[in-house]
Amino acid sequence: MCLRMEHHVVLDTAHQAPTVEITVDGRPVSAYEGEPILAALLANGIRVNRYTVKRHEPRGLFCGIGQCTDCAMIVDGIPNVRTCITSVRAGMVVETQDGLGKKVAP
Amino acid sequence: MMIRKEVVVVGAGPAGLSAAIEAARAGADTLLVDLNLKPGGQLFKQIHKFFGSSSHRSGTRGIDIGKLLVREAQEAGVELWLKSTVVGLFPGYKVGIQRGGDDETKELVTVHAKKIVIATGASENVVRFKGWTTPGVMGAGAAQTMVNVNHVKPGQRIVMLGSGNVGLIVSYQLMQAGCEVVALVEAAPNIGGYAVHAAKICRAGVPLYTKHTIVEAVAGEDGCLRQVVIAQVDETFQPIPGTEQTLEADCVAIGAGLKPSAELLRLLNCRFMFSGAFGGYIPLHNEKMETSLSGIYVAGDSTGVEEANTALEEGRIAGVSAAEQLGLIDGARADARRTEIWERLKALRQGPFGERRQTAEDEILREYAAQVGVPAEEVMPEVLTEAI
Repeated sequence: MCLRMEHHVVLDTAHQAPTVEITVDGRPVSAYEGEPILAALLANGIRVNRYTVKRHEPRGLFCGIGQCTDCAMIVDGIPNVRTCITSVRAGMVVETQDGLGKKVAP
Repeated sequence: MMIRKEVVVVGAGPAGLSAAIEAARAGADTLLVDLNLKPGGQLFKQIHKFFGSSSHRSGTRGIDIGKLLVREAQEAGVELWLKSTVVGLFPGYKVGIQRGGDDETKELVTVHAKKIVIATGASENVVRFKGWTTPGVMGAGAAQTMVNVNHVKPGQRIVMLGSGNVGLIVSYQLMQAGCEVVALVEAAPNIGGYAVHAAKICRAGVPLYTKHTIVEAVAGEDGCLRQVVIAQVDETFQPIPGTEQTLEADCVAIGAGLKPSAELLRLLNCRFMFSGAFGGYIPLHNEKMETSLSGIYVAGDSTGVEEANTALEEGRIAGVSAAEQLGLIDGARADARRTEIWERLKALRQGPFGERRQTAEDEILREYAAQVGVPAEEVMPEVLTEAI
């Protein structure tokens, strides 16, 4: 499933930024450099970013502007990174966050 | 690390940008702080043309107004700190700022300001129904950010909850992005927003479910949204059993209004009042957009949810007033500027929707006069003073 916008009546959807590869839970995902990590993941059909501490419920994009923390993930080993306000860099390692930052069991 | 600035503006949306532009143009050493990756606040997701008069750039898209403001701020010499969160306001006009993104090493910086402008905007209201935390259920603003800023669709089949202007405009913009809006759900008997926006949705064939609400978001095996159950509501907005319908959808966008975000001013014990028309508790302000504390100003949605245009004008007033208090603009000139801007604000608060906001604004100014009168010189909050 690709959710990238192809054509738009108002916006120019031609991406200026180079395509780079990041790793998400061990598999390669292509992304545009500089876009929010969350957008790259959503474009590739990845909608769960973390699981809650007590009830282990999935969470994903909710506010999209750094307020709600539902999209927090582990980025390059750092937990609780709000992926909606953190930019993609080539080679980033992104992991689904379980609770307060432990990795999800495979 | 200690840094001194004449004016610190918190929030780089339309209100904060215009406050910073006015202050910097008057010659103030101005710092603008925002937690996001880019300045502009929510302007860059407003790809529709604005209403109003030519003095409000009607017919111009929010995204273009955003670009213009960012350029003007640069030209005026405003210093901009992005990925920087104001985490506290402390007695003596100290602004605590955490610098650095979540994936970077963060540092805490204290900036000593002479004047502070709070332009921290608003946050989206949520409607809670069974399964509302399921991935795929999000704020309408979040869905709008995804398509208009990030060019990624939040889903293929959308159920929009709420028919205010946000619900209507975002529905249309999701369709422009190539999504299918499978239902527009509204608990009230009538559409809430402007008829001109509703007409676009109707013409596009979006099914409108007034007197309906969402009763459940159903997740699929992957834990993400797969179905949405809606039902008719009675006069007290309670779902009527037996009227449920199930819609296939992978995204719910909740457009249930916004509430002002002015938590920072609570830290300084600024006076607040409740205003239904403005979306919740808001800090009191006078005609200079000054709060109950001298030298601390507020502008935009953080002092009443309205539109980008009103935020922009309020920001200008705050910037002019801060510069005046610093002695950079003389009183007569500042008064003239404010009078001119208040006239334009009045023009924006007309019509069936605007009138309510004008009445609310008048009430705030009256409350300020009654409760505060002259802003307090001492920035030290009462609790702290007592503790010391």
